[in-house]
Amino acid sequence: MGEGTGDIPMMEFLNMGGYAGYVWSSYGIVVLVLYLNMFFSRRRHQALLRRLKRLHNSTDNNES
Amino acid sequence: MSKVDKLWLWFHRMASPAYFYNIAGRLLPWIAVATIILMLVGSVGGLVYAPADYQQGDGFRIIYVHVPSAWMSMFVYMVMAVNSAIFLIWHIKLSDIVARSSAVIGASFTFLALVTGSIWGKPMWGTWWIWDARLTSELILLFLYLGYIGLRSAIDDRRVAGRAAGILALVGAINIPIIHYSVVWWNTLHQPASVSKLDNPSIELSMLIPLLSMALAFKLFYLFIVLVNSRSELLEQEKRSQWVKELVTSQ
Repeated sequence: MGEGTGDIPMMEFLNMGGYAGYVWSSYGIVVLVLYLNMFFSRRRHQALLRRLKRLHNSTDNNES
Repeated sequence: MSKVDKLWLWFHRMASPAYFYNIAGRLLPWIAVATIILMLVGSVGGLVYAPADYQQGDGFRIIYVHVPSAWMSMFVYMVMAVNSAIFLIWHIKLSDIVARSSAVIGASFTFLALVTGSIWGKPMWGTWWIWDARLTSELILLFLYLGYIGLRSAIDDRRVAGRAAGILALVGAINIPIIHYSVVWWNTLHQPASVSKLDNPSIELSMLIPLLSMALAFKLFYLFIVLVNSRSELLEQEKRSQWVKELVTSQ
């Protein structure tokens, strides 16, 4: 942060007019929390499918 | 067949677990794609194309994640409360499933609204936190979500847990209008609503478009999570049924 970073557009963008720490940490934490929601929801669903598959395969074997 | 009969038929089919499971599964990829596109439009529009605020400079760009999070924190709670009411009155299981599937993502949005608000407050107000009506009622909302989640996991019997948590969700709904009107009823540092005055929104189009894109993206993301979670709940509850057996053994 600070002056002199405005020469390069990319640096100027990342600098966020001196608010870089605030802006990027806000966006970062939003991305992280939303990603974790998606990750755990999907992982639970996949694990459940695998567990139920084992359950039904084993009951099939017991019956036959 | 009358329109009402057709509606009931549709309602019953939607409420049939196997049907809901399949339709939700087919919708998920489309919802995911739309969410990603809208999030890109919202982020690029908000971080690059929208002009800096004349008072807050680039710091105000936090608005594009803060406001949608705050909207969703209340929207998801209302979905939870309405579905709890439907479950308590008509005993429709799918409503309980939707309510339950909303709790963690709702708490997440509330947490994000509080954290991004806090990060925004530090440079603009000079403090991370004040105990004013808006922030306090939003914090109470987080506790309501956590209470709902805690109550559900504390009671083993699914029906009893659904009823107890449903009553909590309904009673807690009184907090939603308090959050919404808190900036009108009490003195606060928090700025009043700018977008909901739809006839004459006091916000530029170049700011409004990314804000609304982001809001829609968050709503679709919530829909995605609710559908994934509801499908899991359905599988769990119906694990002995024929359709689940066919589904898992055919894979």
